[in-house]
Amino acid sequence: MAIVTMIEAITMALAYELEHDKDVVLLGEDVGVNGGVFRATNGLQARFGKERVIDTPLAESMIAGLSVGMAAQGLKPVAEIQFMGFEMSAWDHIYSHAARLRNRTRGRLTQPMVIRMPCGGGIHAPEHHNESTEAIFAHTPGLKTVMCSNPTRAYGLMLAAIRDPDPVIFLEPKRIYRIVKQEVEDNGEAAPLEMCFIDREGTDITLVSWGAMMHETLLAAEALAKEGVSAEVIDVATIAPLDIETILESVRKTGRLLIVQEAPRAGGVASEIAAEVAEKAVTSLLAPIGRVAGYDTVMPYYKLEKMYMPTTDRILTAARDLMEYA
Amino acid sequence: MSTVAKFEIEYRQYLDESGKPISKNLPAFAKDKELLRKLYKDMCLLRAFDAKAYALQRTGNMGTYPASLGQEAIGIGYGSALTPDDVVIPYYRSTGGLIQHGVSMTEILLYWGGDERGSDFKNARQDFPIAVPIATQCLHATGVATAIKYRGEKRAVVTEIGEGGTSKGDFYEALNVAGIWNLGVVFIVNNNQWAISVPSSIQTACQTYAQKAIAAGIEGIRVDGNDMLAMREVAEYALNKAREGRGPTLIEAVSYRLCDHTTADDASRYRPKEEVECGWKAEPVLRLRKYLESLKAWNDKDEEAMNAENGTAVEAAVAAYRAQAKAAPTDMFDYLYATLPEKTKAQREELAAIVAANPNAGGHH
Repeated sequence: MAIVTMIEAITMALAYELEHDKDVVLLGEDVGVNGGVFRATNGLQARFGKERVIDTPLAESMIAGLSVGMAAQGLKPVAEIQFMGFEMSAWDHIYSHAARLRNRTRGRLTQPMVIRMPCGGGIHAPEHHNESTEAIFAHTPGLKTVMCSNPTRAYGLMLAAIRDPDPVIFLEPKRIYRIVKQEVEDNGEAAPLEMCFIDREGTDITLVSWGAMMHETLLAAEALAKEGVSAEVIDVATIAPLDIETILESVRKTGRLLIVQEAPRAGGVASEIAAEVAEKAVTSLLAPIGRVAGYDTVMPYYKLEKMYMPTTDRILTAARDLMEYA
Repeated sequence: MSTVAKFEIEYRQYLDESGKPISKNLPAFAKDKELLRKLYKDMCLLRAFDAKAYALQRTGNMGTYPASLGQEAIGIGYGSALTPDDVVIPYYRSTGGLIQHGVSMTEILLYWGGDERGSDFKNARQDFPIAVPIATQCLHATGVATAIKYRGEKRAVVTEIGEGGTSKGDFYEALNVAGIWNLGVVFIVNNNQWAISVPSSIQTACQTYAQKAIAAGIEGIRVDGNDMLAMREVAEYALNKAREGRGPTLIEAVSYRLCDHTTADDASRYRPKEEVECGWKAEPVLRLRKYLESLKAWNDKDEEAMNAENGTAVEAAVAAYRAQAKAAPTDMFDYLYATLPEKTKAQREELAAIVAANPNAGGHH
C-alpha cells in the first residue's frame, strides 16, 4: 500500500482507469508532456501515449465542447480545466450541452465524462486562480458535482466519477493537494457517489463541510472535544445530487447544525443544506442552523485571502455560539 | 520586407441564375438525370414541408420554426452525399440535412412542437439534436471526429452554422483544433446574408467567410449555395476527404434567406423589399428545374406528379405528428440521469401525483 498525497492519489486513479478501460481519454492544457501544472497527469502520456493523454490547444470552451462530442460517441473523456476560475469559458458546453444531452435526446445520446478542476484559494496564486463556484454546478440539473477532501476519497471518488454514465464535475481543492498523506491501496475500488461520509462521530453538534474546509472543520471538532463538546463531522463529498438523508439523520441526533464552506455565503451549497434541514428536521433543532462561509465579496487577491477564508477559530466561535443557545 | 503567406479563395459555380451552365467542365453527375431529379424533388419536399410547418405555427399547432426557404440546395446538397455512418451535428436551420440523413419530418415537427422526443431520432442514432446556442455545434463536431479518429473509423462529420455564428469564438476554436488534429469535419457556413436583422457588413470585415479557414490552416471553399451542381460537388469532395483522413474543410455556401429568421421574426422591419425580390431571382429550386428541363429530364407533368407526392408525404408526417400520444410529464425526470438521484425522487412523485389528479395536464401545443 502506498502512502500518497491527494494529487498522487488522483494520478493513481487516472492511471488505473486508463489501464483498464480503453475508452478513457485524458485531455487538457499541459496535461501531456508536462503532466499538468499541478502534476495530476504526471507520467501518464509517456505511459499511455499521445492519443490517450492529449495536450489540447489553449481554449477552455474547446476542451469542454470536444468532450461533449467525444462522450456522445461513447468515449469517456476526463478533461482538465487548469483552474476553476477559467471554467466560465467552458460553462456553455457544460450547462447547455453536457448536462442536458441525455435529457434532450430522451436517453439516445449520453455524456459519460469527467471535468476535473483545481478549486479554492490559499496557495498565494494569481488572480482568477482561487475560486469556489461549486454552487453554480450544484444548481445545474443533469450534472453531478464532487469535491474531494483527502487522498483516499480522491482515489475512490475519481474512479466512481469516471465510471459514472453521466457528466461529473470533479473539484480538487488545490490547497490540500499535498498537505495530507494517506495510505491508499491502488485496487480500483470506487467510493460511492451521491453519499455523504461521516468522518467523525459525535452527539452534540453536526459539522458539515466539503473539500479543503474539511481540514479546518476536523481541527475544530478536535478542539471542541477538549471543551467537552462531541461534534459529528460529515464530509458531503458529492455536493450534488446531495445525500441530505445522512445529514438529516445526524441533525436529528445532535440537534445542532453548523455548515462550513469556503465559497461565498449567499446562494451557496450551505444555503441549500440549511433549507433542507429547516424543512425536514426543524423540530429536532435545539439552536438555529449556523453557517461559516467565505464573505459575499470577490475572492481577494492573495495578500487578503487568509482574511476571507473560514478558519478553525471562526468555526469554533460559531460552534460555541450554537452550543450556548438555550 | 518579404511576404510569408498569401491566400486565395476558390469560388465554385456551374449554373447561372437561369439554370444555364457557365462552364463546359461540369461535374460528372451533371448528366445523371435520375440523381438530379431526386435532388430537385427533395428540395421541393423541403420547401413544401417548411410551408406546412409555417402554417402549423400560424394556426397555433406548433411553436417557433426556422424555415430554409431559398437555402434548400445547401441541406439537400450535402445531405444527399452522406452515408448512414456519417454524423450530422445540426443547428436550427439544418432541416434539409437531417431529413436527408434519415430524420423523419414527424420528428422535426415534434421537436419544434416543444417535445424532446423529436430529438430521439429513430434513424441517424448518432446525429446530435439541433443546436440552439450559437456555434457550439462546431466544437461538438470536432469532438465526434476526435472519437472517430481515435477508433480508426472512416466516417465523416458534418456541421452547419449560419454566417452570423462565425463571429463566435467556438467557431474559431473548432476550426483551429480541426486543423491541428487533421479531423474529418466538414464545416458548412450557410451564408444567407442575414443573422436575424444583422447583415454581413456588421458581422465581418472579411471579403468571404471561406477565408476564415485560412487562419486555421485548413481548406476553405466558397460555393454558390443556390447552385445544386456546385453545392453537391463540393460537399461530396469534402465528405470524402473527411472519411479518408485527409482533414477538415470549410465550405461557405452563399445563399439568401428568402424567409424570416423564424416564425417569430418579421424581416420586413429591417430589409428592403427590392433586395428580397432580387434574392428570388437567384433561388435554387427554379434554377435546378430549368437545368433539368434543358436536359429534357423534367416537364409540367413531372412537376404535377411530384407536388402531389410531396403533398401526401408532408400530410402523412403532419398526421403522425398530430396523432403522437402525449408525453408523460414525468419524462422530465426520467432522462435526466441514468438513475434519478434519491433527493429528486420526491419531486418526481409530487409531479406524478399532480398528473394523477389532473390526467389532462401537460402535453399541450
